[in-house]
Amino acid sequence: MVMNSRELWTVIHGMVFGFIFLLGFSGALYMIYSMKPELLTADGVKKTASGAKVYLWLLAASVWGAVITGAWIVYPWYRAVPPEGTIDLTRFPKFLLLASEDTAKWHEFGMEWKEHVAFLAPIAATVVAFVVTYYGPLLAKKVGERRAVMIFFIVAFIATAIAGMFGAFITKSAAVR
Amino acid sequence: MATLAKELNDKVNGPVSAALLAGGIGSAALGLITLAYEINDKSAFAKSMAWNKGVGGLSGKSGWAIIIFFVSWLILHFVWKDKDTNFSRISTIAIVLLFVGLLGTFPPFWDLFR
Repeated sequence: MVMNSRELWTVIHGMVFGFIFLLGFSGALYMIYSMKPELLTADGVKKTASGAKVYLWLLAASVWGAVITGAWIVYPWYRAVPPEGTIDLTRFPKFLLLASEDTAKWHEFGMEWKEHVAFLAPIAATVVAFVVTYYGPLLAKKVGERRAVMIFFIVAFIATAIAGMFGAFITKSAAVR
Repeated sequence: MATLAKELNDKVNGPVSAALLAGGIGSAALGLITLAYEINDKSAFAKSMAWNKGVGGLSGKSGWAIIIFFVSWLILHFVWKDKDTNFSRISTIAIVLLFVGLLGTFPPFWDLFR
């Protein structure tokens, strides 16, 4: 069960930061959705708003952590160029994937999509956290604002889910070691 | 609900519009910069995106998107912080820009231009 530092950072990127956001998303989305006068009392709205602020900033921080560790720590290892004449490509995941027609699309489509779309998530999540913090309990009466915030949050989730899914599949075929 | 109703009139929507629109602008910037890069990854523009050798072009693409997001947020917040804006129109534009970002980062979309 020993992991080297590269494997550990890959775990931190995907299974800690990414996972926290993916798991925490539905609860946070429901908190925003439920901030309605018809669902909660005035006290309930205030308590939900208060909890949602902390929760959403933690989720935003988590997804920033995911993209920063992913792009600046793990990704350089993934895309490292093997020295000329290298036969064993297991330490060069990108080139390992590209070496076979059976696996090339994991990079050409999977990684190319994942590495870019992921950055939409922290942008959108930060906007959501700000809006909920700014309005607090007032969000209960702001139907349009609540809807816009939920759309942003769902897009953040979609972006993270795409990145997480392809990250998992790529790791199965060509793990960063 | 009496307490909530009393607080209702206390906050303008300007800062919220600013945040949403900045989020849309940042997302669209990521999508458009990525698309421009992928159309020709040998161009001078594409080469200028490699801020870091290890990360490659992703460093500039994501870096610019994040800078554009925060700078536009700063500017829009400064302009709208004490104002009520046409939230419906601004949020619609923001959401459209968010989807421009989604589209611009989708690899099959790049193939339409290559």
